[in-house]
Amino acid sequence: MTEFPVITTTGLTKVYRSGDREVTALDGVDLHVREGEVYGVIGQSGAGKSTLIRCLNLLERPTSGTVTVAGQDLTALAGNQKRANAALRAARSHIGMVFQHFNLLSSRTVQDNVELPLEILKVDRRERSRKALELLDLVGLADKAAAYPAQLSGGQKQRVGIARALAGDPKVLLSDEATSALDPETTRSILQLLRDLNRQLGLTIVLITHEMDVVKTICDSAALMKNGRVVEQGTVAELLATPGSELARELFPVGGEPSAEDRTVVDITFHGEAATRPVVSELARTYNVDISILGAAMDTVGGKQIGRMRIELPGRFEDNVVPIGFLREQGLQVDVAGDAETDAAGTTAAPLHKEGAK
Amino acid sequence: MQPLLYDNTLDTLFMVWWSTFYAVLIGIPVGVLLHLTDRGAMLQNVVVNKVLGAIVNIGRSFPFLILIVVLIPFTRLVVGVSIGPTGAVVPLAIAAIPFFARLVEAALREVDHGLVEAAQAMGGGTWTIVFKVLLPQALPALIAAVTTTVITLIGYSAIAGAVGGGGLGNLAYTYGYQQYETSLMITTVVELIVLVTLVQLLGDLIVRRLARRGGRTSAARVGLRRVRTEEPAAATEAA
Repeated sequence: MTEFPVITTTGLTKVYRSGDREVTALDGVDLHVREGEVYGVIGQSGAGKSTLIRCLNLLERPTSGTVTVAGQDLTALAGNQKRANAALRAARSHIGMVFQHFNLLSSRTVQDNVELPLEILKVDRRERSRKALELLDLVGLADKAAAYPAQLSGGQKQRVGIARALAGDPKVLLSDEATSALDPETTRSILQLLRDLNRQLGLTIVLITHEMDVVKTICDSAALMKNGRVVEQGTVAELLATPGSELARELFPVGGEPSAEDRTVVDITFHGEAATRPVVSELARTYNVDISILGAAMDTVGGKQIGRMRIELPGRFEDNVVPIGFLREQGLQVDVAGDAETDAAGTTAAPLHKEGAK
Repeated sequence: MQPLLYDNTLDTLFMVWWSTFYAVLIGIPVGVLLHLTDRGAMLQNVVVNKVLGAIVNIGRSFPFLILIVVLIPFTRLVVGVSIGPTGAVVPLAIAAIPFFARLVEAALREVDHGLVEAAQAMGGGTWTIVFKVLLPQALPALIAAVTTTVITLIGYSAIAGAVGGGGLGNLAYTYGYQQYETSLMITTVVELIVLVTLVQLLGDLIVRRLARRGGRTSAARVGLRRVRTEEPAAATEAA
């Protein structure tokens, strides 16, 4: 992964007009996807994520704003014409896209489906065939080259879709709910394939999904969309470090209610160096307190543990100022949940308050 | 009677073959253009779409008998004669072109828009999409449309026959009806029934072959009942 942004959108806005009604599907979206990362856009249906990904290769023309992919300003290339001109088509042929419903041609064999983008690129017959078979081998379907899509399972169809998307040697792969029509087992294998391709080929992947599991499984970065806006975005570690981040809470959910009235519930977020030290047992030893773990969600990313943990300390907040101070000193992010005193603990706890109120 | 039946059968086949040929040759581009210029389609063009649509509708609303008469000067201009099988081909083709064009348009409309989008995302232009996506995907439906057109033309050719176009219609009318040769009339009608049945069977066979290959295809949803009933059978065979 590098810091080089491979996809950038600025002020991306899309307004649909039907009659005199206007629907704003995208409302000033600024997206930054770095080269070589898997970037997940998550949101509920109607949040605008599908419109967003379709704007990235200009299948959908934004009402305003710019889209830059691999250094090319696509919105400038396209100009004002409604039809895709040659320059835009050439740019599109190097952006792969996979679809929820696969969109394979039932009239063509698996191999011929993979060859279609190469036909569009005017690659000669022998090279097309060589490349298609190589790609089918890459996605594990070398033996299905002569089959028709109707003879394949959903997971196999999506593998063909992925092989087809890779035919133009794209730097970027757009995945429009690619696993939403698949069962959990197949979803895992397709996500694994995407992850492998990301690592082996250095392929940047932007995927949209409504399943948090997908983000959790393969994404390096994520964005949360609501009502046409990106309300949070960043790497998983950055999101974790953001106090009150909704995505972090969803990615690392910690549950658990306090066991009695006079207890203090503390959410600890682990990221960076502090995560490698056994802080909880240190805390117990140093202050001689009994700590109950109410819930935890941890993950290992790049050899480091990251995640969140909810612990319970005996006594009210006032009794625990010192231990909490200790945790903060260790470089951990600490949010005190629960009772009214937390207002005094600073603004960081405020979003958790809101969560408690829901 | 035997050579008479043989000659007139050949005349009918001649008329149906050539009028179908021209209907397909011209009807496909017209149908494609109707589809592409439709609202929200790739080459959206309201003026072209409306004008073309109006011409097609006018062509389709003419009663065939009237069309033959109206077209006499044009027919004479194109093929030199206005009677006989050759003269009948012109009005038959003119009647069949708008009919077939509408069937083509409907067949293309049934092609999943996701496939068009996938091709666009690959960088495909309009012609790529027409020749590599729309027409191949609609092929079973197009074959079904040709079948329907051929059968319609067999019926029309009988009308053309009755007003001097030759063929089986002429035979049934002049010898069977006007000269009270009931057996000849019945023979002719039976032959027409056999002809129509054979064409339908052949068309169904080809559609089923194509459908088996592609599993669920657009042909299954086109408004031809026979094709629709074949679909579950084809699907189970594919599975």
